Amino acid sequence: MTATNPDAFGRLEGPAPVAAIARDLVRRGLIIAPVLIGLGAVGWQTEGAWSVAYGLALILINFAIAAYVLSAASRISFALMGAAALFGYLFRLAFIFAAVWLVKDASWVRLVPLGLTIIVSHLGLLFWEMRYVSSSLAHPGLKPTSPSIRHTANPHTNRNSSEGATPS
Amino acid sequence: MSSITAAAQVLAQLDADAQKAADAASSAGFAYGLAAIGPGIGIGYLVGQAVQAMARQPESAGQVQTTMFLGIAFTEALALIGFVVFILLKFA
Repeated sequence: MTATNPDAFGRLEGPAPVAAIARDLVRRGLIIAPVLIGLGAVGWQTEGAWSVAYGLALILINFAIAAYVLSAASRISFALMGAAALFGYLFRLAFIFAAVWLVKDASWVRLVPLGLTIIVSHLGLLFWEMRYVSSSLAHPGLKPTSPSIRHTANPHTNRNSSEGATPS
Repeated sequence: MSSITAAAQVLAQLDADAQKAADAASSAGFAYGLAAIGPGIGIGYLVGQAVQAMARQPESAGQVQTTMFLGIAFTEALALIGFVVFILLKFA
Protein backbone atom coordinates (compact mmCIF):
# COMPACT_ATOMS: atom_id res chain seq x y z
CA MET A 1 0.00 0.00 0.00
CA THR A 2 1.27 3.45 -0.83
CA ALA A 3 0.02 6.84 0.15
CA THR A 4 -1.16 7.52 -3.37
CA ASN A 5 -2.75 4.14 -3.89
CA PRO A 6 -4.64 3.23 -0.73
CA ASP A 7 -5.99 -0.27 -0.56
CA ALA A 8 -9.76 0.17 -0.49
CA PHE A 9 -10.11 -3.58 -0.92
CA GLY A 10 -8.40 -4.32 2.36
CA ARG A 11 -10.55 -5.85 5.02
CA LEU A 12 -11.01 -5.82 8.77
CA GLU A 13 -9.23 -8.56 10.67
CA GLY A 14 -10.19 -9.70 14.16
CA PRO A 15 -13.29 -8.87 16.16
CA ALA A 16 -15.39 -5.97 14.88
CA PRO A 17 -15.92 -3.16 17.40
CA VAL A 18 -19.19 -2.28 15.66
CA ALA A 19 -20.73 -5.58 16.75
CA ALA A 20 -19.67 -4.91 20.34
CA ILE A 21 -21.22 -1.45 20.20
CA ALA A 22 -24.49 -2.80 18.79
CA ARG A 23 -24.63 -5.49 21.46
CA ASP A 24 -24.07 -2.80 24.06
CA LEU A 25 -26.80 -0.61 22.56
CA VAL A 26 -29.28 -3.50 22.57
CA ARG A 27 -28.35 -4.41 26.14
CA ARG A 28 -28.89 -0.83 27.30
CA GLY A 29 -32.14 -0.67 25.36
CA LEU A 30 -33.41 -3.77 27.13
CA ILE A 31 -32.36 -2.28 30.46
CA ILE A 32 -34.28 0.94 29.84
CA ALA A 33 -37.27 -0.78 28.19
CA PRO A 34 -39.38 -1.28 31.35
CA VAL A 35 -39.05 2.40 32.23
CA LEU A 36 -40.03 3.56 28.74
CA ILE A 37 -42.93 1.12 28.54
CA GLY A 38 -44.10 2.28 31.95
CA LEU A 39 -43.99 5.90 30.79
CA GLY A 40 -45.99 4.95 27.71
CA ALA A 41 -48.56 3.18 29.87
CA VAL A 42 -48.85 6.20 32.15
CA GLY A 43 -49.34 8.59 29.26
CA TRP A 44 -51.39 6.53 26.80
CA GLN A 45 -52.65 3.50 28.73
CA THR A 46 -52.22 0.02 27.25
CA GLU A 47 -51.92 1.24 23.67
CA GLY A 48 -49.09 3.52 24.73
CA ALA A 49 -47.21 0.67 26.35
CA TRP A 50 -47.54 -1.52 23.25
CA SER A 51 -46.55 1.37 20.99
CA VAL A 52 -43.45 2.16 23.06
CA ALA A 53 -42.45 -1.50 23.12
CA TYR A 54 -42.92 -1.75 19.36
CA GLY A 55 -40.93 1.44 18.70
CA LEU A 56 -38.11 0.33 20.97
CA ALA A 57 -37.98 -3.07 19.30
CA LEU A 58 -37.78 -1.35 15.91
CA ILE A 59 -34.84 0.78 16.99
CA LEU A 60 -32.92 -2.10 18.55
CA ILE A 61 -33.47 -4.28 15.46
CA ASN A 62 -32.33 -1.34 13.34
CA PHE A 63 -29.08 -1.04 15.30
CA ALA A 64 -28.51 -4.78 15.18
CA ILE A 65 -29.07 -4.97 11.42
CA ALA A 66 -26.77 -2.00 10.80
CA ALA A 67 -23.98 -3.49 12.89
CA TYR A 68 -24.33 -6.96 11.38
CA VAL A 69 -24.28 -5.64 7.81
CA LEU A 70 -21.31 -3.33 8.45
CA SER A 71 -19.23 -5.92 10.27
CA ALA A 72 -20.00 -8.64 7.73
CA ALA A 73 -19.20 -6.36 4.79
CA SER A 74 -16.01 -5.03 6.38
CA ARG A 75 -14.68 -8.59 6.62
CA ILE A 76 -14.95 -8.81 2.84
CA SER A 77 -13.62 -5.39 1.89
CA PHE A 78 -13.75 -1.78 2.98
CA ALA A 79 -15.23 -0.76 -0.35
CA LEU A 80 -18.09 -3.22 0.12
CA MET A 81 -18.56 -1.84 3.62
CA GLY A 82 -19.07 1.63 2.13
CA ALA A 83 -21.68 0.31 -0.27
CA ALA A 84 -23.35 -1.65 2.52
CA ALA A 85 -23.52 1.48 4.68
CA LEU A 86 -25.19 3.53 1.97
CA PHE A 87 -27.65 0.92 0.75
CA GLY A 88 -28.17 -0.27 4.30
CA TYR A 89 -29.33 3.25 5.17
CA LEU A 90 -31.95 3.10 2.44
CA PHE A 91 -33.09 -0.41 3.32
CA ARG A 92 -33.29 0.32 7.03
CA LEU A 93 -35.33 3.47 6.41
CA ALA A 94 -37.64 1.40 4.22
CA PHE A 95 -37.81 -1.26 6.93
CA ILE A 96 -38.85 1.26 9.59
CA PHE A 97 -41.31 2.88 7.18
CA ALA A 98 -42.89 -0.49 6.35
CA ALA A 99 -42.97 -1.57 9.98
CA VAL A 100 -44.80 1.59 11.03
CA TRP A 101 -47.03 1.58 7.95
CA LEU A 102 -48.20 -1.96 8.67
CA VAL A 103 -49.41 -1.15 12.19
CA LYS A 104 -50.52 2.46 11.81
CA ASP A 105 -54.21 1.51 11.81
CA ALA A 106 -53.95 -1.24 14.41
CA SER A 107 -56.10 -0.86 17.48
CA TRP A 108 -53.15 -1.27 19.88
CA VAL A 109 -51.01 1.48 18.31
CA ARG A 110 -50.88 5.16 19.12
CA LEU A 111 -48.71 7.03 16.67
CA VAL A 112 -47.56 9.79 19.02
CA PRO A 113 -45.85 7.52 21.60
CA LEU A 114 -44.56 5.33 18.79
CA GLY A 115 -42.95 8.29 17.02
CA LEU A 116 -41.62 9.78 20.23
CA THR A 117 -40.09 6.43 21.19
CA ILE A 118 -38.36 6.08 17.84
CA ILE A 119 -36.68 9.47 18.15
CA VAL A 120 -35.98 9.53 21.88
CA SER A 121 -34.72 5.98 22.20
CA HIS A 122 -32.52 6.24 19.09
CA LEU A 123 -30.84 9.44 20.23
CA GLY A 124 -30.87 8.55 23.92
CA LEU A 125 -29.18 5.20 23.41
CA LEU A 126 -26.57 6.78 21.17
CA PHE A 127 -25.72 9.51 23.67
CA TRP A 128 -25.64 6.92 26.44
CA GLU A 129 -23.31 4.73 24.41
CA MET A 130 -21.00 7.63 23.60
CA ARG A 131 -20.02 7.85 27.26
CA TYR A 132 -18.45 4.42 26.96
CA VAL A 133 -16.88 4.60 23.53
CA SER A 134 -13.21 5.26 23.42
CA SER A 135 -11.59 7.17 20.63
CA SER A 136 -8.05 6.28 21.56
CA LEU A 137 -5.88 3.81 19.73
CA ALA A 138 -5.10 2.17 23.06
CA HIS A 139 -8.73 1.10 23.44
CA PRO A 140 -10.44 1.19 20.06
CA GLY A 141 -14.15 0.55 20.23
CA LEU A 142 -15.43 0.31 23.75
CA LYS A 143 -13.49 1.24 26.83
CA PRO A 144 -12.64 -1.62 29.15
CA THR A 145 -14.45 -1.41 32.47
CA SER A 146 -12.10 -3.46 34.56
CA PRO A 147 -9.70 -1.18 36.50
CA SER A 148 -6.93 -3.75 36.08
CA ILE A 149 -7.30 -3.62 32.31
CA ARG A 150 -7.43 0.15 32.38
CA HIS A 151 -4.23 0.43 34.44
CA THR A 152 -2.23 -2.21 32.65
CA ALA A 153 -3.18 -1.29 29.09
CA ASN A 154 -0.22 0.03 27.19
CA PRO A 155 -0.93 1.97 24.04
CA HIS A 156 2.43 1.01 22.61
CA THR A 157 1.77 -2.71 22.88
CA ASN A 158 -1.90 -2.67 21.87
CA ARG A 159 -2.05 -0.86 18.59
CA ASN A 160 -3.89 -3.53 16.68
CA SER A 161 -7.11 -1.88 15.59
CA SER A 162 -9.39 -4.75 16.44
CA GLU A 163 -7.98 -5.70 19.82
CA GLY A 164 -9.28 -4.34 23.07
CA ALA A 165 -12.89 -3.97 21.93
CA THR A 166 -14.26 -5.12 25.23
CA PRO A 167 -17.96 -4.61 25.92
CA SER A 168 -18.38 -2.44 28.95
CA MET B 1 -83.75 19.93 -10.82
CA SER B 2 -82.75 21.24 -7.43
CA SER B 3 -81.82 17.73 -6.27
CA ILE B 4 -79.50 17.38 -9.26
CA THR B 5 -77.86 20.69 -8.36
CA ALA B 6 -77.47 19.58 -4.75
CA ALA B 7 -75.93 16.28 -5.85
CA ALA B 8 -73.54 18.14 -8.12
CA GLN B 9 -72.53 20.40 -5.22
CA VAL B 10 -71.92 17.38 -2.98
CA LEU B 11 -69.81 15.76 -5.68
CA ALA B 12 -67.84 18.96 -6.16
CA GLN B 13 -67.25 19.18 -2.41
CA LEU B 14 -66.11 15.55 -2.31
CA ASP B 15 -63.82 16.22 -5.22
CA ALA B 16 -62.32 19.24 -3.48
CA ASP B 17 -61.83 17.25 -0.26
CA ALA B 18 -60.19 14.40 -2.14
CA GLN B 19 -57.93 16.83 -3.95
CA LYS B 20 -56.99 18.46 -0.66
CA ALA B 21 -56.21 15.07 0.91
CA ALA B 22 -54.13 14.07 -2.11
CA ASP B 23 -52.24 17.37 -1.96
CA ALA B 24 -51.57 16.90 1.74
CA ALA B 25 -50.36 13.32 1.19
CA SER B 26 -48.05 14.28 -1.65
CA SER B 27 -46.70 17.24 0.35
CA ALA B 28 -45.99 15.03 3.34
CA GLY B 29 -44.29 12.45 1.15
CA PHE B 30 -42.29 15.18 -0.55
CA ALA B 31 -41.20 16.57 2.82
CA TYR B 32 -40.14 13.10 3.97
CA GLY B 33 -38.16 12.60 0.77
CA LEU B 34 -36.42 15.93 1.26
CA ALA B 35 -35.71 15.03 4.89
CA ALA B 36 -34.00 11.82 3.77
CA ILE B 37 -31.76 13.53 1.20
CA GLY B 38 -29.65 15.43 3.72
CA PRO B 39 -28.76 12.42 5.86
CA GLY B 40 -28.10 10.46 2.66
CA ILE B 41 -25.53 13.03 1.57
CA GLY B 42 -24.08 13.12 5.08
CA ILE B 43 -23.75 9.35 5.33
CA GLY B 44 -22.23 9.19 1.87
CA TYR B 45 -19.58 11.75 2.79
CA LEU B 46 -18.95 10.12 6.18
CA VAL B 47 -18.58 6.63 4.78
CA GLY B 48 -16.41 7.81 1.90
CA GLN B 49 -13.99 9.49 4.27
CA ALA B 50 -14.03 6.50 6.62
CA VAL B 51 -13.25 4.05 3.81
CA GLN B 52 -10.42 6.28 2.69
CA ALA B 53 -9.06 6.45 6.25
CA MET B 54 -9.27 2.67 6.65
CA ALA B 55 -7.62 2.11 3.30
CA ARG B 56 -4.77 4.44 4.19
CA GLN B 57 -4.33 3.13 7.73
CA PRO B 58 -5.68 -0.40 8.07
CA GLU B 59 -4.21 -0.65 11.57
CA SER B 60 -6.72 1.95 12.80
CA ALA B 61 -9.69 0.42 10.97
CA GLY B 62 -11.42 -0.63 14.17
CA GLN B 63 -11.31 2.85 15.63
CA VAL B 64 -12.45 4.45 12.39
CA GLN B 65 -15.27 1.93 12.07
CA THR B 66 -16.45 2.71 15.59
CA THR B 67 -16.58 6.41 14.88
CA MET B 68 -18.21 5.77 11.52
CA PHE B 69 -20.94 3.62 13.04
CA LEU B 70 -21.81 6.26 15.62
CA GLY B 71 -21.72 8.96 12.95
CA ILE B 72 -24.05 6.97 10.71
CA ALA B 73 -26.45 6.40 13.60
CA PHE B 74 -26.49 10.08 14.54
CA THR B 75 -27.00 11.15 10.95
CA GLU B 76 -29.75 8.61 10.54
CA ALA B 77 -31.54 10.21 13.48
CA LEU B 78 -32.24 13.21 11.22
CA ALA B 79 -34.01 10.98 8.72
CA LEU B 80 -35.93 9.31 11.53
CA ILE B 81 -37.08 12.70 12.80
CA GLY B 82 -38.30 13.55 9.31
CA PHE B 83 -40.08 10.21 9.09
CA VAL B 84 -41.79 10.62 12.45
CA VAL B 85 -42.92 14.14 11.59
CA PHE B 86 -44.29 12.81 8.30
CA ILE B 87 -46.19 10.00 10.04
CA LEU B 88 -47.58 12.32 12.69
CA LEU B 89 -48.66 14.99 10.21
CA LYS B 90 -50.25 12.51 7.86
CA PHE B 91 -51.92 10.02 10.16
CA ALA B 92 -52.14 11.31 13.73
